[in-house]
Amino acid sequence: MFENLSERLSGVFDRLTKQGALSEDDVKTALREVRVALLEADVSLPVARDFIARVQEKATGQAVTKSVTPGQQVVKIVHDALVATLTGDEDPGKLKIDNPPAPMLMVGLQGGGKTTTTAKLAKRLKERDGKRVLMASLDIYRPAAMEQLAVLGAQIGVDTLPIVAGQKPVDIARRAKQQATMGGYDVYMLDTAGRLQIDEVLMQEVADVAAVTSPRETLLVVDGLTGQVAVEVAQEFDAKIGISGVVLTRMDSDGRGGAALSMRAVTGKPIRFVGLGEKMDALETFEPERIAGRILGMGDIVALVEKA
Amino acid sequence: RLRRRDASPQVVRRALDDAMLEQIEELLIASDMGVDTALRVTANMAEGRFGKRLSTDEIKQVLADEIARVLEPVARPMPLYPKKPQVVLVVGVNGSGKTTTIGKLASQFKAAGKTVVIAAGDTFRAAAVGQLQVWGERAGVPVLTAPEGSDPASLAFDAMTRAEAEGADLLLIDTAGRLQNRKDLMEELSKIVRVIRKKDPEAPHNTLLVLDATTGQNALSQVQTFRELADVTGLVMTKLDGTAKGGVLVALADKFGLPIHAIGVGEQIDDLAPFDPDEFARALTGIDR
Ligand SMILES: Nc1nc2c(ncn2[C@@H]2O[C@H](COP(=O)(O)OP(=O)(O)OP(=O)(O)O)[C@@H](O)[C@H]2O)c(=O)[nH]1
Ligand SMILES: Nc1nc2c(ncn2[C@@H]2O[C@H](COP(=O)(O)OP(=O)(O)OP(=O)(O)O)[C@@H](O)[C@H]2O)c(=O)[nH]1
Ligand SMILES: [Mg+2]
Ligand SMILES: [Mg+2]
Repeated sequence: MFENLSERLSGVFDRLTKQGALSEDDVKTALREVRVALLEADVSLPVARDFIARVQEKATGQAVTKSVTPGQQVVKIVHDALVATLTGDEDPGKLKIDNPPAPMLMVGLQGGGKTTTTAKLAKRLKERDGKRVLMASLDIYRPAAMEQLAVLGAQIGVDTLPIVAGQKPVDIARRAKQQATMGGYDVYMLDTAGRLQIDEVLMQEVADVAAVTSPRETLLVVDGLTGQVAVEVAQEFDAKIGISGVVLTRMDSDGRGGAALSMRAVTGKPIRFVGLGEKMDALETFEPERIAGRILGMGDIVALVEKA
Repeated sequence: RLRRRDASPQVVRRALDDAMLEQIEELLIASDMGVDTALRVTANMAEGRFGKRLSTDEIKQVLADEIARVLEPVARPMPLYPKKPQVVLVVGVNGSGKTTTIGKLASQFKAAGKTVVIAAGDTFRAAAVGQLQVWGERAGVPVLTAPEGSDPASLAFDAMTRAEAEGADLLLIDTAGRLQNRKDLMEELSKIVRVIRKKDPEAPHNTLLVLDATTGQNALSQVQTFRELADVTGLVMTKLDGTAKGGVLVALADKFGLPIHAIGVGEQIDDLAPFDPDEFARALTGIDR
């Protein structure tokens, strides 16, 4: 699938060999292929459309560097626009966890990687920032969900809230807050059950948890392989709970990660971390350049134009 | 007079022209069908109809029919064989719904009068065994386990011996989630298959790849690699109770022709439905009925 894209674009480059300024037609021809590349990378359709329109405007009339083709020049412009969109205003790795105990809420669809990411982040906070962290599972639905977080906590040496059977998520959250306050923790992390953004009962449940704890960070954990639905998921979670950032998991896959662009474009919320595996240290701070190169799958050309 | 005219609603017809086809194409892309397949489907539906005036309902129906036509040949329930135990290996990327689907399948087969045994082949993920044990209890089916970190292939082998000794009809084997680009983990899976075949050269009789409907175009690469390295015999798509349409199944049917056995439509034990191409196509095109 990767080869196809390169082939397709190099076909375009062959056709566009005139030098000088980029004509509207040059840009249009190249952008048609870029649009397909974005869609194949799972960028949501409306986001891809807006993005292409913006680049079209920006690129038309731009001078072409002598040693590259117009097509290559367009790819570079697209790449830069991708980076610009993906880049937030602040340092993505810096969480707002002053005022101990700072609550952090982890939310998302089923199976996205919330529990794993909760533990990875706890480990990072403990080891990098020297924080005392308490983790609590509010997942009363999925079999052995609480046990899963407890096992991970033991693995990384981070405390988990003792499990009390029969408690509602809001009550567990209250208990976590109390224990975090009394126990002198810097941060308490609330791992929640996976839920569909259209499930009104469960969305209300997590909104209630947010109301009771006023999280300093509410992170939406999303599978990096997510397709067109990413926009809707991010919008709904943001509208109903209010998110402060996104974590993109499973970026150790060969997926292109177009969901990153979709979510960033529609919510304006920063992508903070990427998950790069199942191990507890497989978490990195989000780097816009890397994801941009991956979405486009044209890193080599970008480097070429940068050198020219 | 105006009101009278509004009261007898006229069916709006529009020409099936390029602009219309582009709109349809976008609807399909938004369902995760992928650009190539979306183009092919729209081209097929335009054939012999281009320029004709059709109502929105008619267009949707034609489109749904076209999609159902592609899916019809792959819509097949999981085949049952007289072999005891029939070994069903369940594979897929992380978090796609393998364990949950095994719980649902166990319950369905049990209700159909089969004796079922489950093997907890995910010896890697935290509390994976505990999760499957709960599903075993819910389904009323025994779960064979091995300690965390032990070799899943030898557990599979032991489970076959046990299932055989007990005369079970079906042995469902769960596996740890793995990304298809992880060579080491895919090799581990090939090894599980090899070891199973030592016991019964025809097993696993079914290797089910569980796909998450939320996944976009990467599903194509998942099917390609898992089929190559684990001889996948059929697909299950989960999480179709969400808003993701799962359009990539159309591309998959077109490219690989693997049977689609069932779909997951929720987290409860009964939330596993047979794959119905017409219903799927109607949901994808937005025909509510
Ligand atoms: N390869 C890979 N696997 C991951 C990553 N993050 C999580 N996983 C795996 O994805 C699967 C699901 O992760 P969980 O943390 O249980 O996901 P969850 O969102 O808590 O799931 P629910 O609580 O059921 O909604 C597990 O097999 C994890 O090991 C990642 O970055 N890369
Ligand atoms: N809404 C919905 N959720 C589902 C469906 N199937 C599974 N899930 C949920 O998805 C999450 C992951 O399911 P699992 O069965 O643990 O997935 P898995 O493939 O075994 O995950 P790993 O073993 O970690 O790779 C859980 O929260 C399930 O409840 C479905 O059809 N619909
Ligand atoms: Mg979880
Ligand atoms: Mg599992």
